[in-house]
Amino acid sequence: MAAPVLEMEGISKGFPGVQALQDVSFRLFPGEVHGLMGENGAGKSTLIKVLTGVHTADAGLVTIDDVDTLIRGPLHAQRLGISTVYQEVNLCPNLSVAENIFIGREPRRFGRIDWKQINRRATELLARLGLDLDVTAQLGSCSLAVQQLIAIVRAVDLKAKVLILDEPTSSLDRGEVARLFSVMRRLKADGVAILFVSHFLEQIYEICDRVTVLRNGGLVGEYPIGELSRLDLVAKMTGQELTALEELDEASPDVVKGERLLALEGVGRTGAIDPVDLDLHAGEVVGFAGLLGSGRSELARLIFGADSADTGVIRTGGGPVALKGPRAAIDQGIAFCPEDRKGDGLIMDLTVEENIILALQVSRGWLKPLSQRKREELVGSYIKALRIHPPHPYALVKNLSGGNQQKVLLARWLITRPKLLILDEPTRGIDIGAKTEIQKLVVSLAGDGMGVVFISAELEEVLRISHKIEVLRDRRLVAELDNDGTLTPEHILQTIANGAADS
Amino acid sequence: MNRADAPSRHLGILKHSLFWPVTVLIVMLLANVIFTRDFLAIRIEQGHLYGSLIDILLFGAPLILVALGMTMVIATGGVDLSVGATVAISGALACDLIAKGHGLPVAIGAAIGASLLLGLWNGLLVTRLGIQPIIATLILMVAGRGIAQLITGGQIITINNQGYKLIGGGYWLGLPFAIILVAVALVVTVVLTRRTALGLLIESVGGNAQASRLAGIRSSGLIVLAYVFCGLCAGVAGLMISSNTLSADGNNAGLWIELDAILAVVLGGTALTGGRFSLAGTVLGALIIQTLDTTIYTAGIPPRTTLVFSAAVVTIVCLLQSPAFRARFTRKRPERPADPVSTGPKQEVTA
Ligand SMILES: Nc1ncnc2c1ncn2[C@@H]1O[C@H](COP(=O)(O)OP(=O)(O)OP(=O)(O)O)[C@@H](O)[C@H]1O
Ligand SMILES: [Mg+2]
Repeated sequence: MAAPVLEMEGISKGFPGVQALQDVSFRLFPGEVHGLMGENGAGKSTLIKVLTGVHTADAGLVTIDDVDTLIRGPLHAQRLGISTVYQEVNLCPNLSVAENIFIGREPRRFGRIDWKQINRRATELLARLGLDLDVTAQLGSCSLAVQQLIAIVRAVDLKAKVLILDEPTSSLDRGEVARLFSVMRRLKADGVAILFVSHFLEQIYEICDRVTVLRNGGLVGEYPIGELSRLDLVAKMTGQELTALEELDEASPDVVKGERLLALEGVGRTGAIDPVDLDLHAGEVVGFAGLLGSGRSELARLIFGADSADTGVIRTGGGPVALKGPRAAIDQGIAFCPEDRKGDGLIMDLTVEENIILALQVSRGWLKPLSQRKREELVGSYIKALRIHPPHPYALVKNLSGGNQQKVLLARWLITRPKLLILDEPTRGIDIGAKTEIQKLVVSLAGDGMGVVFISAELEEVLRISHKIEVLRDRRLVAELDNDGTLTPEHILQTIANGAADS
Repeated sequence: MNRADAPSRHLGILKHSLFWPVTVLIVMLLANVIFTRDFLAIRIEQGHLYGSLIDILLFGAPLILVALGMTMVIATGGVDLSVGATVAISGALACDLIAKGHGLPVAIGAAIGASLLLGLWNGLLVTRLGIQPIIATLILMVAGRGIAQLITGGQIITINNQGYKLIGGGYWLGLPFAIILVAVALVVTVVLTRRTALGLLIESVGGNAQASRLAGIRSSGLIVLAYVFCGLCAGVAGLMISSNTLSADGNNAGLWIELDAILAVVLGGTALTGGRFSLAGTVLGALIIQTLDTTIYTAGIPPRTTLVFSAAVVTIVCLLQSPAFRARFTRKRPERPADPVSTGPKQEVTA
């Protein structure tokens, strides 16, 4: 095999109270896609941040092209040929899409920035990933998945010899993943070394040549993917021997459909979603399926009052209600766990405890603070139930790993015990073990009579836990399918395609 | 405030968020002992406490008060530049009414009422009209001075009212009344923000307004409340300042106090970007500024260099507090791994 383009040896990195990496070594060869695997909090992102100079290692050595190198920071890493898409999108929301792609390396003409070329090139680059959008629009107005794709486009266009992708596919659907993979294969053929992080085993097996497994900050090993079965891989990640990959029982067919919680009659919003009729019942899990830009999240936001509907009425058991804003919806017993945990969800500078109790505290009113004991009890039980790591209620949320942040956001809404729980990509970035736990939890909550709306780009997941599936396409509700156990992702994709034929 | 520091509880005293402000304050107080041997002494004369430390608290009282209000506004992600003008208006209104023969309750009530209204005005500009806080409050910062001058008729009003003198210059229970007033304000603020959920909600709004809305917080009410509270604090500070001299100067009362207040908040460790706030930090910050003033006098630093001197001290404190700056001195090349093979010259391995 050729010499590695990049080698990390004996890397250790500690944060106050946590040893994030302990004596980890890692090699990356030109022309390979290398999977970095591990549970939430295993140290994957930290290893990447050491590599790109965001963090300085306490010990260890980084060698690039056989030269012992001290990486001084992300920009330095970029100049050394390492291009990175971090787990949390860190672009500028108030710049345009095109500006975000070219920021720092704007093409110039007669010394002035050549806007025409920027916009044209940005459009071309996005088209390669199958995206057709207005490149002069503000980045902040794009959905999370689109922002993620834009970050990828930017990183790919930097023409680096090492490309690092930290969970780039966490909010992408099949189509985008396939296109991303074809771009990765092309780069790989050109000899680019790619480091790829994902919690989706199928993706790892599809694209990776080798994997390195981390557990709890320590190195478990480096393996050619062909020599490792899925069971082995999971066992190496979790440290537990498994006999079979835990599969959830198919959603219990004997739904005890309770009272009607909400009825949407022609509820819509121009530019976001066409008028929709929909009934939501207690004890029922309703999945929203659809591709990028289909209006899944937009519909959820209307139900919660995050955006206001400009047509239609929403009825509860007690009659029509005006959901003027999130607070009104919360007062009606509706909870909404948004997709973008960094922008719409968490308060990064506050602690795990404060983030978890926030919504509950808000609905109690500021004059009735939860007692210290009650807080400890509630927060402690959810830290345990969702296995939030580190299990420290006073840790700042910004210091948690991505998957653990997601669990905190989920805990915030579970704790409010709503009548209707809307989950927009609740398992985004969550490892396989915890994901099954969360899916089980959702099913059992519905069993206890909670109404659930479940949104996910991963059709398998939607199918596994929903009783009923609403299929959306191009900002329209095109079909409602009963999940009788015979539905497959292909059925849904077919329905989406037919929805196109209808229009 | 304990809550703010809770996550770093186990990190030792050095990482405590109030470590640097406290250290700086102690160092400055000790430095004063060099110039004034009995600087730290507190005497009792005629049942009243006297001494340089008491003076620092007394002269610093209006600043502490204004900075408390400023802390709440900054925590929501805003800033209030109009507090100096509010100080002037409040003092001018009270003195004017007293000079015209009205009773103390009327004068004080009118001044406080006006301050609340001014705070409300700022709050509404920021929340209803969505004007950037710095611009919204700049309006009143400029216009407010004009209003104060209208009230005083462009002159310095002097009054003679011993009852009024109590607020900023009198003693009660052996202590300067202003210090008691500030202590009460501090306790009330701490109780309101930390014994209820108000502090959490404010920090949440300042930390991420969009996420706070989706968590059900109605942020505009909170933001207006912060500006109103800030106006109230400035109003009371205005009473103190004018009471101390028994005069109202529309032009100079509370001049530049907004900058000192913002500085006090920042020195105390509350970020200008909003979110986490520390009331204890703010009080320390204000005391640092006041002690600095005192030091400049006691040390006999020539007036020409006072501004440079204070700028230098402030810069040092800010640098000490900056994690990025401290990291420069602790950032080192990581150790090489123990494995002797890997430390060999890399170039030669290439083949
Ligand atoms: N800035 C920080 N301060 C303190 N602790 C941190 C910091 N960054 C990471 N950690 C801790 O280091 C550990 C590893 O985190 P890391 O983000 O590398 O996990 P990860 O493998 O990327 O997990 P995920 O799959 O959830 O993204 C976690 O326990 C995390 O809490
Ligand atoms: Mg990560």
